Amino acid sequence: MTLLSVSGLSKRFPARRGLVDVLRHTPRQAVHAVEQVSLDVMRGETLGIVGESGCGKSTLARCLVRLHEPDGGSVSFDGTDVLALEGDARRRFNRQVQMVFQDPYGSLNPRMTVGDMLGEALSVHRVVPAAEIPARVRALLDLVHLPQDAALRYPHEFSGGQRQRIGIARALAVEPSLIIADEPVSALDVSVQASIVNLFMELQDRLGLTLVFITHDLRLVKHMTHRVAVMYLGRIVEIGPTAEIFARPQHPYTQALIRAVPLVKARRRDGEVAVMGELPSPLNPPTGCAFHPRCPRAEAACAQAVPDLSDRGAGWQVACRLA
Amino acid sequence: MSAPLLEISDLKVTFATPRGAVHAVDGVSFSVGRGEVLGIVGESGSGKSVTLRAIPRLLHANATVSGQATWQGQDLFAMDAETLRRVRGGKIAAIFQEPMSALNPVLPIGQQIDEVLVAHTTLDRAARRRRAAELLGLVGIASAGTRLDQYPHEFSGGMRQRAMIAIALSANPELLLADEPTTALDVTIQDQILKLMLRLVAELGMSMVLVTHDLGVIAETCDRVAVMYAGRLCETGTVVDVFERPLHAYTRALLQSMPGEGAARAQLIPIPGQPPRIDKPVPGCAFAPRCTLAEPRCGSERPLLRALAPAHETACHAGERLLAEAGA
Repeated sequence: MTLLSVSGLSKRFPARRGLVDVLRHTPRQAVHAVEQVSLDVMRGETLGIVGESGCGKSTLARCLVRLHEPDGGSVSFDGTDVLALEGDARRRFNRQVQMVFQDPYGSLNPRMTVGDMLGEALSVHRVVPAAEIPARVRALLDLVHLPQDAALRYPHEFSGGQRQRIGIARALAVEPSLIIADEPVSALDVSVQASIVNLFMELQDRLGLTLVFITHDLRLVKHMTHRVAVMYLGRIVEIGPTAEIFARPQHPYTQALIRAVPLVKARRRDGEVAVMGELPSPLNPPTGCAFHPRCPRAEAACAQAVPDLSDRGAGWQVACRLA
Repeated sequence: MSAPLLEISDLKVTFATPRGAVHAVDGVSFSVGRGEVLGIVGESGSGKSVTLRAIPRLLHANATVSGQATWQGQDLFAMDAETLRRVRGGKIAAIFQEPMSALNPVLPIGQQIDEVLVAHTTLDRAARRRRAAELLGLVGIASAGTRLDQYPHEFSGGMRQRAMIAIALSANPELLLADEPTTALDVTIQDQILKLMLRLVAELGMSMVLVTHDLGVIAETCDRVAVMYAGRLCETGTVVDVFERPLHAYTRALLQSMPGEGAARAQLIPIPGQPPRIDKPVPGCAFAPRCTLAEPRCGSERPLLRALAPAHETACHAGERLLAEAGA
């Protein structure tokens, strides 16, 4: 069952112009951060969104919760049009959909104790009556496996992994049905990453949460997501069941990305580079398929038209003329 | 392998800080053979970068360094300034994680290569220009002639790291020290840079010490690996030995915590607790408080690095147990 449905979503950011450009009346350029993205998130699943820097994965996440207002397209949550929500209705939506960010230190108020922070989320959204807030804070700390005395302490007193637990507890305070996590473990050491990944999977199973997990780490995506969307320069190039995509990637970019990830297994590199070239500038994206200048299989037609996502069965879609 | 190119013995680095001394590196010994790629891996605060930077004496003045770094019969730590200047950049070159901060933003790339050539070669101006263009070509930067006159901000992240490598290689060094050279790069660019470095090491007959936190990067680039934890060396050995038969409890736990072989969505095996603070000396094994194999003596008796198999050393009291389990 679809919980969140995105259709034709686009977001552009005006580029900065220098003084010379202003004087010359050079038209203002725009960064095409997200272009025509359509995807569905099913209730209870983990959808991974993966791609390299500048592919638009974080912008897409922020558009879903309206931290950025999209320039086009539609987002519907549980049947309601998210982009049209105002006032109370928008506040109810915000309670349903919460974000967890990469840098928990940057997203936690350094002057508030953890207990106050969680209490604030509970009272702003009137989740429970004021008298029940302390008990609920204790329950939340239990849920993310933090000690009870954490409520009286400040963010700087915690390690990176514990701070991320606080970030997750705050997101969970308002009882959301969907969590959008943007690189939630990228800043953590490997040995600590594992415990946060475990926490996400455990919470999802216990609370029936739906999770959109944004990361550049393909190992994590492979391990914990049910479905994955691969983005390149603002567009989804391939989306489908994780196990199938990792076993038989169809889009040449997905193939290159998977081949480029170093395996944690002793074997000498074969010397073959997974894919040549650099990421093109989103200010001036290539015509046609954005990957064609780097693609080993590209043909003349690839530079002509942007390939649409086409169905390959079983919810698997690929945007490539040749795959 | 004959006499090692570089031999580090009992390296200790202590930083004087307002809150007291911090023991960042605590008695580390290892060697680098000719043509060898040695990886140093560890999590943040393990002392891996400090170890690397101590070798060419690049640490800040608040660092106290002891031990020996024997380079072709001479101790780098005891070397006079003029000899050190010829070794640094000439025989031993270094590249770092963030090329933008290592490159001079107000000098064209060509001039930054030229500086090294002036310092370490006898080439004349025209020959230096040709050599600089040749170096950019070597690291895969196209249209080198134009690129030489461009500034670092005109290069992409991957191209900047290539330019850094070109600068490092300009005096034909025998040893390249690389500190997290691909950590800031995207995975497809990381793949390109690592393969470029491996190709250059093989073609130019260099040795390399590669510091990284990424076990995958180690597995796919290095011949040997040294695992560090809390300023100490846990284990050294060939990549195959260490990854397939880890003989230190920390190495084993680190490898087990990675997603990979297990079934999809299986719970991962995290390492409990936090890395120790390094502002207090630890009496026993630094990993003991987080270790599932810890014995009573691990808390009091510091394990010494010893070879349990050919060319495979561990500093773990449980080493014999792990060896028996591996069925070696």
